[in-house]
Amino acid sequence: MTQLAAANPILRTRPPKPRRSQSPITTALAYFAGVVIVVLTLVPMLFIFIGGFRTTAQINQSPTGLPHPWIWANYRIILTSSAFWKFLANSAEIALVATVLAVGLGSMAAFALSRYNFRGREAVYAFFTIGLLFPLTVASLPLYLVLRDLGMLENKFGVAIPEAAFSLSVTILILRPFMRAIPAELEDAAVVDGTSKLGFFWRILLPLSGPALTTVSILAFVTSWNFFILPLLAFNNLNDFTLPLGVATFQSQYSQDTARVFAFTFLSMVPTLAFFVIAERRIIAGLTGAVKG
Amino acid sequence: MSSVSRAGSRTAKPLPGEGDPAPPAQHARALGRAPARPSVRQRLELLLLLGPAFILFVGFVLIPIAVAVYYSFFKWSGFGPLGHTIGLANYRRAIKDSVFDHAVMHNVTIALLSLFIQLPLSISLALLLNRRMRGRGFLRLVVFAPYVLSEAVTAVMWLMLLQPGGFVDHVLKDVGLGGLITTWLANTHIVLYTLFVVVTWKYIGFGIVLLLAGLQGIPVELREAAALDGASPWQTTRQVTLPLLGPTIRIWIFLSMIGSLQLFDIVWIMTLGGPAGASTTMATYLIDKGFQSYEFGYGSAVAVILFIICFVFALLYQRFALRRDTRGALTGMVR
Repeated sequence: MTQLAAANPILRTRPPKPRRSQSPITTALAYFAGVVIVVLTLVPMLFIFIGGFRTTAQINQSPTGLPHPWIWANYRIILTSSAFWKFLANSAEIALVATVLAVGLGSMAAFALSRYNFRGREAVYAFFTIGLLFPLTVASLPLYLVLRDLGMLENKFGVAIPEAAFSLSVTILILRPFMRAIPAELEDAAVVDGTSKLGFFWRILLPLSGPALTTVSILAFVTSWNFFILPLLAFNNLNDFTLPLGVATFQSQYSQDTARVFAFTFLSMVPTLAFFVIAERRIIAGLTGAVKG
Repeated sequence: MSSVSRAGSRTAKPLPGEGDPAPPAQHARALGRAPARPSVRQRLELLLLLGPAFILFVGFVLIPIAVAVYYSFFKWSGFGPLGHTIGLANYRRAIKDSVFDHAVMHNVTIALLSLFIQLPLSISLALLLNRRMRGRGFLRLVVFAPYVLSEAVTAVMWLMLLQPGGFVDHVLKDVGLGGLITTWLANTHIVLYTLFVVVTWKYIGFGIVLLLAGLQGIPVELREAAALDGASPWQTTRQVTLPLLGPTIRIWIFLSMIGSLQLFDIVWIMTLGGPAGASTTMATYLIDKGFQSYEFGYGSAVAVILFIICFVFALLYQRFALRRDTRGALTGMVR
C-alpha cells in the first residue's frame, strides 16, 4: 500500500488516513499507567541492587535510605568467593546440556514427524505432545525415585536429562509445523543432487530452521536455568547447586546479614537480565510465541 | 489432544493451514514419493530419528508417572521393601486430610484471584498501552523482565523486601498507609494474598505482552469501521476488540490456571507453606510429605491426584474453550 502511494503522486496527495481518535485523557492515563508499571517493576530490583552497597546496620536503621557511605565489600566478597561462580557454572552447564539434548533430539523427532510418511505418525506426534500436560513440578517426586534407582542423584546429568525430556514436547510442537512448511521442491532438488534424506536434514533443513531452532533453544535454556524443584531434590552437595537453589540457600544461611543477601540476590539476577536485554526480541517472541501454540 | 496438535500446526505456519493434514501439494507429493511399502532404509532412519527422543520421553516423563501410580498403593517410607499394597487407602487419606483440602483451596484461591484480578488488570493495561507511545520499547522490556527471572530469585527478593520493618513497610509508612502494615508472611489471614501479589508482580508483564501481541493482530480497520458506524470507544472495545482478543485471553487463562495449580517455588522459599499451613499448596504439601516426613507412598498418591487435576482441567479446557478459537484469530497473532 505504501509502495503504491509512493509510486503514484495522485494517491500520495490523498488525505492521511483518519487516525484513531484518542482523547487526551486516555493518553495521559496510558502514560500514567506506563510510569506506574515501570516504577513498580524496577524499584524492588533497584532497591536490592542499592541495598547491596550498604551495611546491614544501615539497612536496619533506615530501610529506604541511600548508602552512606557506599560499601563495596558485599559485592566484592561474593564476586571473589567461589560459591557464586560455582553456582553460575553449574546452572550454565546444566542448562546447556538440557538445551542441546532437547533441541538435538527434538529436531530429529520433528524431522521424522514432518517429512516422512508412515503409519501411526499422527499417533506418535500426539504421544509426544502429551508431555505438555505433565508439568515437571507434578512429576518431581516420582522423578526423584526414578533417578535414585538409576543412581543419578547428586549428578548434573540427573537434572539436565529429565529437564530435556520435559522440554521435548514443546520443542517438537514448535519445530514440526516449521519443518513441514519448507517446500518439498527443496528436498527434491537435494535428492537430485545426490543427497540422502538424512543429508537433506543435516545440510539444508536444519540451517533453514534457524529461527525456530533459536526459539526452542531459548525456551529450553530459560526453563532449565530457572528450574528450582529438581535441583532442590536431587542435590545435597553445595558444590552441585544451581543459581536459583544457591540464592535460596544463601538467603537462609545468611538471613541475619541482609546486605549480603541483597548483593547475592542482585548478582544472581544479572546473568538473566543481561541475557534478556541482549536477546529481548527473540526471547519475547519465543516465550509468547511458544504459548500461542 | 487433537486440538493441541491442530493448534500447533496452525501456529508457526506462515499461511493458515487447514488442520493436521499437510498442505495439499506437499501431501500429494509426499504420497507419491513414499510408497506404501516402507523400505528397510526408511525404517532404520525413522528408528534413528525417533528412537532417542522416544527413550528420553518414556524414561523420564512417562515412567515416573507410572511409578507414582504404582507406589501410591503402598505405605512406603522410600526405603526398603514395599510390603503389601494398601489399596486406595492413601487416596482416601488425602481426601480426608484437612491440610490437603486446605492446600487445594489455596490453589483454587490463587487461580480465582488470577482470573478475577490479574486478568482484568492485564487486559485494561494492555488496552491502555496499545497505542503509539514514547518509550514503548522500553516499557515492554521492563514489563517483561520479571517473567524471565527465576521464581527462586523473585521469592528471595520479596522475602527480603517484606521483612518486618523492611522496605515495603517503610514505603507504606512514607505514603501515609502505615496503618495497613502487618506481618505480611506471618499473618495467617494475609499470607496467601501476599504471595498472590508476588506472583502477580512476576507474571503480569507476561500477560500484558501476550495480550498486546494479540491486540496487534486485530486490524485497525475493524475499530475504525465501528467508529464510523457511530460506536463509542467503549462500545468498540467491548463489542469488537474484546471478542477478537478471545483466543489470547483463553490461552492466558489456560496457562494461568495450570501455573496456579502447580505453584511451588515462591511458596516454598517464602513461607514453606506456613504459618500453620496457611499457605500450603498441593505441590508444597506433596514435597513436604515425601521428603520431610518420608511418606513416599502417600506422597505419590498426592502427586497422582495433582496430576489428575491438571490433566482433567487441561483436557476439558482444550475441548470446550480452546477449540472454539477460529483459525484466523490464532494465526493472526503470530508475527
